[in-house]
Amino acid sequence: MTNRTPILFLNVLIIAACGLIYELLAGTVASYVLGDSVTQFSLIIGLYLSALGVGAWLSRFLDRDLAARFVDVELAVALIGGLSAPALFLGFARLEWFHLFLYSVVFVIGVLVGLELPILMRILKEHLDFKELVSRVLSFDYLGSLFAAVLFPMFLVPRLGLVRTSIVFGLLNAAVGLYGTWLLRPILRGVTVLRIRAAIVFVILLIALFRADVLTALSEDELYADEIVYASSSPYQRIVVTNNAAGFQLFLNSNLQFSSSDEYRYHEALVHPAMSAAKTPRRVLILGGGDGLALREVLKYRGVESVTLVDLDPAMTALSSRFPPLARLNHHAFKDRRVKVVNEDAMIWIEKIRDTFDVAILDFPDPGSFSLGKLYSTRFYRMLRARLAPGAAVAVQCTSPLYARQSYWCIVRTMEAAGLKVRPYQTTVPSFGVWGFALARLEPFPTPSRVAVPVRFLDDATLGAMFVFPRDMQSVPVEINRLDNQVLVRYYEDEWRKWS
Amino acid sequence: MELSRRDLLTAFLGAPFAALACRERPLPLPPGELVGASDTIGHRLRGGQAILPVRWESHDVVIAGGGIAGLAAAWRLAAAGVNDVVLFDLEPVVGGTSRSSASYPWGAHYIVAPSPENRVLIRLLDEMGVFESGAGGAAGFSPPTVSGGLKPAAPLVTGVNAPIAEQFLVRDPEERVFYRGRWYEGLYLHAGASNEDLRQLKTFESEIAKWAAFRDGRGRPAFAIPMALGSDDAEVTALDRMSMRDWMDARGFTSPRLRWLVEYATRDDYGALMEHTSAWAAVFYFASREQRPVITWPEGNGRVVAHLARFARPRTSWLVTNLAPTESGVDVIAVRGDEAIGIHARRVIFAGPQFVARHVIPSRETARFAYGSWMVANIAVREHPQSSGFPEAWDNVIYDSPGLGYVVSTHQRGPDRGPTVLTYYYALSGGDPRVERERLLSTGRDGWAEVALADLSRAHPELRTLATKIDVMRWGHAMVRPEPNFVWGEGRRRAAEPFRGIHFANTDLSGIALMEEALYHGVRAAEEVMGGGGTWL
Repeated sequence: MTNRTPILFLNVLIIAACGLIYELLAGTVASYVLGDSVTQFSLIIGLYLSALGVGAWLSRFLDRDLAARFVDVELAVALIGGLSAPALFLGFARLEWFHLFLYSVVFVIGVLVGLELPILMRILKEHLDFKELVSRVLSFDYLGSLFAAVLFPMFLVPRLGLVRTSIVFGLLNAAVGLYGTWLLRPILRGVTVLRIRAAIVFVILLIALFRADVLTALSEDELYADEIVYASSSPYQRIVVTNNAAGFQLFLNSNLQFSSSDEYRYHEALVHPAMSAAKTPRRVLILGGGDGLALREVLKYRGVESVTLVDLDPAMTALSSRFPPLARLNHHAFKDRRVKVVNEDAMIWIEKIRDTFDVAILDFPDPGSFSLGKLYSTRFYRMLRARLAPGAAVAVQCTSPLYARQSYWCIVRTMEAAGLKVRPYQTTVPSFGVWGFALARLEPFPTPSRVAVPVRFLDDATLGAMFVFPRDMQSVPVEINRLDNQVLVRYYEDEWRKWS
Repeated sequence: MELSRRDLLTAFLGAPFAALACRERPLPLPPGELVGASDTIGHRLRGGQAILPVRWESHDVVIAGGGIAGLAAAWRLAAAGVNDVVLFDLEPVVGGTSRSSASYPWGAHYIVAPSPENRVLIRLLDEMGVFESGAGGAAGFSPPTVSGGLKPAAPLVTGVNAPIAEQFLVRDPEERVFYRGRWYEGLYLHAGASNEDLRQLKTFESEIAKWAAFRDGRGRPAFAIPMALGSDDAEVTALDRMSMRDWMDARGFTSPRLRWLVEYATRDDYGALMEHTSAWAAVFYFASREQRPVITWPEGNGRVVAHLARFARPRTSWLVTNLAPTESGVDVIAVRGDEAIGIHARRVIFAGPQFVARHVIPSRETARFAYGSWMVANIAVREHPQSSGFPEAWDNVIYDSPGLGYVVSTHQRGPDRGPTVLTYYYALSGGDPRVERERLLSTGRDGWAEVALADLSRAHPELRTLATKIDVMRWGHAMVRPEPNFVWGEGRRRAAEPFRGIHFANTDLSGIALMEEALYHGVRAAEEVMGGGGTWL
């Protein structure tokens, strides 16, 4: 036994590193998801340390088969700690009480890690005197923490990502447990049972490691410059949220939908001209816009009585109302009583409703496929027209008039062909570049001159300037986008191909 | 006789498919039904045993057959104020080969946009609100202002002076073709075409363009829809005396992909190979529809059936077994189950095909027309199948397949995800129609479902796991076959002539199976019965 003691100290090092890694993971996930990293890290460290204490205290109730219990604890830490990051990622989009779940996970890991060292020290006390034992165990413990603390930000997060880091360290913990069955053999009973348990934990973690691709594929990690904090595939699209120093980014099918750092420019430009141009903006319709950000802008108006938001994907609207960073960004817009959410194909929905609206905001993804192209067709705009109350205004996001000039003007001309009077406008959104919109009413109208609610971007002068088009974005001859020709999708593909 | 799976696939798709399909154990077949035309009831006509009517009624006009022709006749008579009309159809639902379920077709499923001279079709489409100003468009629509050097994109139909509302035109993308693991846009396989292939395609297109532009001494086009409005000039009708294969050979059209395209057209529109199709009919197909958009509905031409049926009050599941001309009119015997009734009619419009007329009107000498068999399978799927290459279109065709591909029933309506129904078409286009009919009827629902799945699995290997239900329709006499010398032959012309108070209306009287032809003959027969009062033709 004595000659094996140094290896046991290596175990202490690994155990300590694993313990700290789980803590750091929990803190990172919490600050990604819940924001306010100072509070989250502070809470998690405090909770974790106190849980270590609880674990240490509980260790006194373990008297028999210490070696076997040590292996059990290792395996439990391996399983719970190893799966903590994937569980948290899966949890935060689905659970109402995510905070509670997070803190429970942290606490349980803390208690288990807290049990480890006291048990180990009691095992080793037979072979070393107390002075020696305390000095060695504690120094290896702190050394392991340093090791983890350096490795985590420098190597693990950038290379492996949070989910894989978590599982890999779980595997390390499990390895310590399994190795313990050899190391502690002389004082161990029921070795076979313990090894079977260890094998099961290994298998679960290895499956998780391979299935981690479901959550975030390695290739996908490379696709996005920043850490992926949420990824899921709905029947309609792949939804990915990434995080960096500047804020959050939402991607649908790998196309950037917004960056929290400058989305206010886009959404203010999309919403306020229409709200100002409409005679009485009381009943508002938002088509697309499942992120709730256009909704946030609309809800700033006290006079708005109802907002109907139609987005194809229930996963998207659920994420926007429940995923804390998104819900914060949209000011919990989905909780507003005036809001009604409909998850349906906008083309089919608009064909069957009979209500009318004072403002319609069309915030569909760019027309990159035939199923999106139909939402920019004369047919669609005609059906929309029939749903407009007298004095109503419409705003449409129309892709970039600079990068996709024909596509942009195709949308404008198609709206005109459907009998709308259109005022094209554009602005700059750093994440996207120059971006185009179209404002329309049923009858000719002057461009709006002021915004009646508090905004960050659109002052009156900027509002007016948006309706001016520099030479390189001015009108070009285009065909009208109809269901039976879908020219827009073809323009769009040709134009964006040049830029990608 | 039920064949083994392997024999079956060999018989209908060819040996390579059978080899392909046998590599692994297939999943069980999804459930489904055989929804055939009522051939067992129909075949009672052959027996010829007479059931005596239990009662007699008297009516002005009896229409036998509730396909497009019969329904169109009822529509025309209703407009003329002829109200004492009874329409019988042997099937439980009307529609004939245009029938459909609520959301997908069982047969004919589109109409080529009418040219200005097809006044009767324009009238029908206008009633149905297909034109922009009609009920189908958004309320309060006024024609778009065309500015900034833009051309009006919507096809205009002169005579109605309104464009066809775009929701009724096939939504783009219209068609694509699958070849060696990828889908390509369009029906002609451009990918990998050699210069010679492309040269032949161009020559073929200019040959067709020449025929499309042709006008005879009386200003009639060579090929019009309805064909009665086209030319009977010797130069045009000479095409009918050769097969399309001979026509292609004579012009040096050897390019395999061009020949595939042309044969796809003859199989798809006439259920026959090039060698069994008159060159007149094949050129008609290309030249009469040139550049015209296609009108369709999710349920195919079932929409037209539903519109026309409002004018008919049809008596369904009634088989007209005998038409006997008398001094004052025609005596009609109709049977349902074991019940028979008799009707003294002033006039009768026989709107069934000629092969039925032979049995129903024994006193008339009826020429033998050839009819091709079809199988249609409606495959309900949980989710649209995946595609590599060009995305899903309305019509999806597999190059070099004996099938005709599939049409996506929800394409027109717009939900591009979730459950849908794929309508798979398979024409039994072999040489002898009778042998082909035997082949059709000797295989049941399971067998045909296997054929459809095996064929489409080439392009969509996961289809079997996606399919939730496969219903199969066997059409024993789906289409009249325009074999050489038939369209401009004596038999066809004589078949349309009235026979002692019985008037004839069916698409087979045109020698080609086309909804527009059925409509024409239905209205023509009704106007013969009316004997004046203006024409819609």
